[in-house]
Amino acid sequence: MGEMEQMKKEAEALKTQIEAARKAAHDTDMASAASGVAPAPRVQLKTRRTLKGHLAKIYAMHWCTDNRLMVSASQDGKLLIWDSHTGNKVNAVPLKSSWVMTCAYAPSGNLVASGGLDNMCTVYNLKTPVIKTVKELDAHTGYLSCARFLSDTEILTSSGDTTCVLWDLETGKQKTVFLNHVGDCMCLSLSPDMNSFVSGACDSLAKLWDIRDGQCKQTFQGHTSDINAISFYPSGNAIITGSDDCTCKMYDIRADQEVISYQDAALNSGVTSLDLSASGRLIFAGYDDFNCNIWDSLKGEKVGVLSGHDNRVSCTGVPGDGMCVCTGSWDSFLKIWN
Amino acid sequence: MVSKMSSKMVGSNNLANARRMVQQLRVEASIERIKVSKASADLMRYCGENAKYDPLLMGIPASENPFKDKKPCTIL
Repeated sequence: MGEMEQMKKEAEALKTQIEAARKAAHDTDMASAASGVAPAPRVQLKTRRTLKGHLAKIYAMHWCTDNRLMVSASQDGKLLIWDSHTGNKVNAVPLKSSWVMTCAYAPSGNLVASGGLDNMCTVYNLKTPVIKTVKELDAHTGYLSCARFLSDTEILTSSGDTTCVLWDLETGKQKTVFLNHVGDCMCLSLSPDMNSFVSGACDSLAKLWDIRDGQCKQTFQGHTSDINAISFYPSGNAIITGSDDCTCKMYDIRADQEVISYQDAALNSGVTSLDLSASGRLIFAGYDDFNCNIWDSLKGEKVGVLSGHDNRVSCTGVPGDGMCVCTGSWDSFLKIWN
Repeated sequence: MVSKMSSKMVGSNNLANARRMVQQLRVEASIERIKVSKASADLMRYCGENAKYDPLLMGIPASENPFKDKKPCTIL
């Protein structure tokens, strides 16, 4: 038997082994296990702020760790820094390329990053007298879909070139390239302990990576279309994904499988974005149908909806203190709800 | 609407790729898995312990809500 034939046989055997091991661990599912848990209260949130200022579709937003400032990115070619308490714009950063798809705030509050169809991640210093570009990270061969700072010296990116990359911000060079997806990487989320991250891609898979050794540790399947959104559960033991297949799913990392799916026959729009409340009990998921649906993460039931945007909800974010949820939309507005 | 580029095709006929795929599957097959019942119990416990620190779940009193517009005081 040629080596190619042997490899194919071994691959099939390993896949069968993995499926059998997952099945053996599947003695229940999350919704059944949580049947005795009191339902989450009906969640009715009010719009507290409507942030007006962008002139075109908003594609991304990210909270600062101070729970007050946030950055948003629009294809009007600007990043805007907002004070969410007052609703005022604190800064505007003009972008070289208006085709922006992601933005990020560094944990220190000193830096923000953006990127998109220019295939680059550009990092800006907000604390210099005039906002300066400090680095242009230029090595991806596809669009930049997501960026997240680990610190002022390291940033993780995901790209349409199917890779994720950890960059050294002092040298501007790639430290680690994470190779395994076979479709455009669309989103990433850092683990609470910062030792790993998960990525979601157009190959309908989510993957867990060790940041330091670059290895893909686990692959989660179940979605039937692109995964556009992904987030770690605050406990660090589970992840939530959102997909063009109109569902969100929870995968437990230690059980290595899907444990619950959040879906509704009436919902036939893709999920664009998601974030979790502070305890993880509530999932806020933005959809193409202009709404953000609120799910009980344990019981799988829809417990509320945020309606108010006049176009697709493209980004969703809960600040670190869990005091509100922000939605951004193609209607050019951001809304803050609690 | 940003169109997603078509995925790069990983040549499944390529021997090096096949070796890489088998190596990856070996890594993924070797992990220890816990039962979903235990995973669920741990998640439920985590939610239960942290519910009180979850403002969106518990509700936020108006006086503590930085986003609630305070009604103006009228000096009589």
